[in-house]
Amino acid sequence: MEKLQARNLNLWYYDFQALKDVNVSFEEKKITAIIGPSGCGKSTMLRAFNRMNDLIEGVRTEGKILIDGENILNNGMGLEGLRKKVGMVFQRPNPFPLSIYENIVFGEKIHAEKIKKGRLERIIEDSLKAVFLWDDLKDKLHKPALGLSLEQKQRLCIARLIAVKPDVVLMDEPCSALDPQATARIEELMRELKNNYTIIIVTHNMQQAARVSDETGFMLLGELIEFGRTEDIFTRPKDRRTEDYITGRYG
Amino acid sequence: MERHFDEELKELHKELLKMGVMTQEAIYKSVEALKNRDNAMANGVISLDDKIDQLELMIDERCIDLIARHQPMAGDLRFITTGMKINAELERIADLAVDISQRVLELADKPLLKPLVDIPKLSTIAQSMVRDAIDAFVNKDAELARRVVLSDSEADKLRNLVQEELIDDFMAKDAKSAPRAVPLLLITRHLERICDHATNIAEDIVYMVEGKVVKHHPEELI
Repeated sequence: MEKLQARNLNLWYYDFQALKDVNVSFEEKKITAIIGPSGCGKSTMLRAFNRMNDLIEGVRTEGKILIDGENILNNGMGLEGLRKKVGMVFQRPNPFPLSIYENIVFGEKIHAEKIKKGRLERIIEDSLKAVFLWDDLKDKLHKPALGLSLEQKQRLCIARLIAVKPDVVLMDEPCSALDPQATARIEELMRELKNNYTIIIVTHNMQQAARVSDETGFMLLGELIEFGRTEDIFTRPKDRRTEDYITGRYG
Repeated sequence: MERHFDEELKELHKELLKMGVMTQEAIYKSVEALKNRDNAMANGVISLDDKIDQLELMIDERCIDLIARHQPMAGDLRFITTGMKINAELERIADLAVDISQRVLELADKPLLKPLVDIPKLSTIAQSMVRDAIDAFVNKDAELARRVVLSDSEADKLRNLVQEELIDDFMAKDAKSAPRAVPLLLITRHLERICDHATNIAEDIVYMVEGKVVKHHPEELI
């Protein structure tokens, strides 16, 4: 089932058009990878999906972004509700300079009007278990999050995100700061999370896209050039430009 | 953009081509040895096989090395994986040329059962299928590869014809003809198997060039 769709999506930074008539559908509870050279618009598209670009001056967006059929570009759309539904994991893990505990319950405290007793503890345990940090951190919940390893910080950021039960998880190069072992573990985590969330990952790492995703889209100069099943994109892409990029001939 | 990887792929291409040329030489010589009852030539085919086996191992190693170091994708991946398959098919074809040569040696001290007519025809088909399959590989020519696949049925028909003739006209009538008929039956079978391997190569080439799987999908041939 389609969870998120872009319809004739165009985006400009002042005069520069960063997204050109993008039409794409993301399947529910699947991992979709977006690949393409630097500046192709893949991160811009990802940021459009939870309207992070609204914060950037000079950005103008046209077209539709539908989540469960609702256009999130409509003026009436509440950003808080949208960001609860569509969360983002960044390249560098960015925990708040608070305790592990406070990081995870941060979203809940913002989004929930009234919190029942014991609810936060349950959220902490569920979220940390979902990212396989519970056993390591259950006795250190009130230690500063900034003291964790890079991989643990990234896991914590994912835990913080899923604590508010989003539908869609956007990942912008989530492993680029991690070593190969940590990368492999985050990829395993992504496969686990896929059971409950729709994941869209932007990555420069072609092997990572090939390993973790069900579907892959290739972008170039703001256009979505090709989109399809990952096994097809990486073994028999239809467009010459996709072939050139994934075989390292682009440039 | 030219990549260093392209140089390595060219080397693989050259080695596969060499394998193809050596295999074609083995078939040609085994068939000539049969036609001319030339034992020296038959022995030559048998001794050539060691070199072909060595080359097969070298090509396999190179393919594995390329996959491990470059993690190829798309066309590069199809080229290398197809190369590995073609390599194995060519080696099997060369083994069949050895089999034919061994049959030639078995027949050496026996008069021919009958003048050879259809077996040379079948050998011509086998040789041209292998040649065309290799040409299709060199030129990345999926259309030629498709024609190779389609010509296999002609080889099958000819094999049936020769088999029927040898069994019905000779072995059924005179059991003593078996020592002279069986090697010819086997040669027919070897030649037809060569055509099957050429067909496999051609099917792999369609995948390499177009990414389409025609093996077991005859509808994709058209």
